[in-house]
Amino acid sequence: MEYFLQQSINGIALGSIYGLVAIGYTMVYGIIGMINFAHGDIFMVGTFIALIAFLILVAIGVTAIPLALFLVLLIAMLLTSLYGWAVERIAYRPLRGSFRLAPLISAIGMSIVLQNYVQLAQGARVKTLQPLVSGVHTLFDLGNRLVVQISNIQILIILTTLALMSGFTWLISATSLGRDMRACEQDLKMATLLGVDTDRTISLTFLIGAALASVAGMMYLLYYGVIDFHIGFVAGVKAFTAAVLGGIGSLPGAMLGGLLIGLIETYWSAYFSVQYKDVAAFSILIVVLIFMPTGILGKPEVEKV
Amino acid sequence: MKSVRLVGLLAAASLLAAATAQAQTTVGVAGPMTGQYASFGEQLRNGASLALEDINAAGGVLKQQLKLVVGDDACDPKQARSTADRLVGQKVPVVFGHFCSSSSIPASEAYAEGNVLQITPASTNPTFTERKLWNVFRTCGRDDQQGALAGKYLADNFKGKKIAILDDKSTYGAGLANETKKALNALGVKEALRESYTQGDKDFTALVSRMKAADIDIVFVGGYHTESGLILRQMRDQGMKTLLMAGDALADKQFAAITGQHAGGVLMTFGSDPRNRPAAAEVVKKFKAKGIDPEGYTLYTYAAMQIWAAAVEKTGSTDPKKVAATIRAGKWNTVLGEISYDAKGDITVMDYVMYEWKADGTYAELKK
Repeated sequence: MEYFLQQSINGIALGSIYGLVAIGYTMVYGIIGMINFAHGDIFMVGTFIALIAFLILVAIGVTAIPLALFLVLLIAMLLTSLYGWAVERIAYRPLRGSFRLAPLISAIGMSIVLQNYVQLAQGARVKTLQPLVSGVHTLFDLGNRLVVQISNIQILIILTTLALMSGFTWLISATSLGRDMRACEQDLKMATLLGVDTDRTISLTFLIGAALASVAGMMYLLYYGVIDFHIGFVAGVKAFTAAVLGGIGSLPGAMLGGLLIGLIETYWSAYFSVQYKDVAAFSILIVVLIFMPTGILGKPEVEKV
Repeated sequence: MKSVRLVGLLAAASLLAAATAQAQTTVGVAGPMTGQYASFGEQLRNGASLALEDINAAGGVLKQQLKLVVGDDACDPKQARSTADRLVGQKVPVVFGHFCSSSSIPASEAYAEGNVLQITPASTNPTFTERKLWNVFRTCGRDDQQGALAGKYLADNFKGKKIAILDDKSTYGAGLANETKKALNALGVKEALRESYTQGDKDFTALVSRMKAADIDIVFVGGYHTESGLILRQMRDQGMKTLLMAGDALADKQFAAITGQHAGGVLMTFGSDPRNRPAAAEVVKKFKAKGIDPEGYTLYTYAAMQIWAAAVEKTGSTDPKKVAATIRAGKWNTVLGEISYDAKGDITVMDYVMYEWKADGTYAELKK
């Protein structure tokens, strides 16, 4: 039981990061029906911006860790969302209204551009960050060696994810921007006719998606401490899987999908073999899609005549 | 008229090219120059560049100056093969590399067909020299020697303790882990956990919790420094004191950059430190003067080029087949000391010793 709890904590922390990245996929899909394959690389750019921000802050003498974390979070969200906005502006907006595959291909192109850009600008070697948030808390200690522990960084990840999720749900359900986004999601053309500035709404969607990815990127950097220009690919594939599993287009679905993928991988590693954890995660995705083709929380598409 | 002039120009240009080609011999160095193992590629390139400078300063090989072309395989077998094909196309007589065993092995076949000699300073998987290819040599040891040492050390010092053996499913990592397990089991000790992870994984928390539950005392990792570093870091994050032991792929400062002060106490099998050998003293000084610490495989690459240059001088030609025969027959003075080869292309001395990392990010031989 202690072992199960410990592994659940590991899985939830990992799943939270996947979930935050998955939201970016699902939002863009919900609104313009396109998979933004460059999103994983936006996440990677976020990790690099966070690392550079940390190093600059340390260099100018900001050593109080909570303050540094907060500043880095702001800088990373701001700069990464600019990247998200720029990607939409350069690669997707000119193609809006053209055939369905065009923005998909340009998304893949954008992903390659971002990867190579970071490789050239930052070098191909892995970059490391020393552990900043350390310390563990013992939750249960039943006298035997199986204690259940949660580290400060895991708490930070889970709390940040919870806070962002609630803030985000509020944004979608209670603000005028959220109303515009929901309108665009339901019917882009109709929303335009009714006076919603769709271009602005779509730009803001990319901006918010990138900002969330940068938070995930910063958590990733703090948790693992090792980044390179290629991490966006694996993270992107996992987050995309999470978005599909939860039902692409559905926000709670993306979070649920992320947590599920994180937990499946962790439990499989814990009870069966580490070697086949990805196989397990993707097999479950296939099984779920066979029985629920729109994912767990996805709405079935209504064919309008 | 114009076309005649153009042809004349082309002819002159090709003559010029032929003239420079005669004064220069191009040799190749190949390894992961980009990607997550790029720091090792840099070691290879540094070693080859300085050796080249020194050889050229001493008059070159057969009165020809050497020139270096760098091939990047990113430690990817497919890219290694195409890099090898490209080097073969440039008609280099010899390639120093690659780094990853999983790159060296497919590349060696391209070199064998293309009449190119290959001396790897770093690929330790036994298969590299076990396939009876005419063109392969190495200046480092083999994983069966390394695994035997690691297995014996574990059996001697951790009898009755719980041992975990992990690998990264790569040619090098899985090979080394299996050799270690074989040596350990032959000495009557059974490991408590045997697992594999995937190269490039970042999250090992589930694996670490599992080792914690199994009360593992020491974990042996057959894998490269990024993953080993993350495993160690995540073990310490979960409050585990379990020791980590790994092979020669840890021999890079970047390992300490990943783990921070946790590197202290990590055990590593590696060739007895070439930086401390008397033959290397002068070369080490030259490296230090350039601001390069000749760590890991830097000096092994330097030695590989020394052997080749000396063998070419002795043969009187750069013909790879003849040079290979000369290398097999001779004894070679290198920065690593005297090296001689068996018929397969392996060095004849057993090179491995146990190292310990220190908290300040350096490593030193473990005194018995």
